[in-house]
Amino acid sequence: MLDDVDRRILRQFQAAPEMSVADLAERCSLTTASCWRRLEKLESSGAILGHEAVVDWQALGFGVEVSLRITLDKTQSSAFDDFLAKARDVPEVLEVQTFLGRVDVRLLVIARDMGHYQDVYRSQILSLPHIADIEALMHIARLKSDEVLPI
Amino acid sequence: MIETDEIDRKILRILVRDARKSSKAIGEDLGLSQPAVWRRIRRLKDSGVILGQRLRLDREKLGLGVMVFLGVKLAAKGRGSIESFERAVSAIPEVLSVEHVLGLYDYRLKVVARDIPDFERVLRRRIMTLPGAGQVEANVLLSEERKYGPL
Repeated sequence: MLDDVDRRILRQFQAAPEMSVADLAERCSLTTASCWRRLEKLESSGAILGHEAVVDWQALGFGVEVSLRITLDKTQSSAFDDFLAKARDVPEVLEVQTFLGRVDVRLLVIARDMGHYQDVYRSQILSLPHIADIEALMHIARLKSDEVLPI
Repeated sequence: MIETDEIDRKILRILVRDARKSSKAIGEDLGLSQPAVWRRIRRLKDSGVILGQRLRLDREKLGLGVMVFLGVKLAAKGRGSIESFERAVSAIPEVLSVEHVLGLYDYRLKVVARDIPDFERVLRRRIMTLPGAGQVEANVLLSEERKYGPL
């Protein structure tokens, strides 16, 4: 289980993931060696999964971002598995999430422009199996995206 | 937007999986010199393609077992109400991301909580009391897959 020192480390590290272990230790009032040991433990227990670079898709030319909320035809028992397996193969799909609620699955789709989106939507999304209904939400702006967990 | 070639995309493909990989190690993978990789990474950062890095944590291992997506419609849509809503919602620590969307809802929020009673507390005390918040729809996340996108 996590103790207060672990929490302190994770809070500081989330706020500045590029920090070196020495700097992190200093901010947490720990020695570098004990900070390093705790990080090792957090990694081996799987609490820390790694570091990822955050990519701005707009800067790469993908200006359109759409959230597709999909209801599946659940009369077929394999609907979820079939749908997810195929949705995973669409390169423009960034996130695949399943839900308990009004929506079954959500796909986050990016495209270069509306023309490209139209193309992806028609040729790759609409051909996915077992779709009963689709609702689209178009992303306008991201106001908060730090994804910092309240630990 | 900047032009990227196949080598840039290969470097991005590596960094989104492991942002801490050294330019030397990346160079060895791709058959490039360390300075050449370093220069390309510098350019990707300077042009805003790489926004930074993020610590990937396993939220369930950290005791945050519930993730809920909320679709929120504003009750009143004046400029003042939008601004005060956005400011107040972004300040809630349990709200990991806030997106302004076009469609069925005005905002899409990603909320984490320890468990369902804890989520109910966040919903009642923090979300429902937001200035201007109208109809709210909740979908509880069951599974999530993140993909690396068209790199």
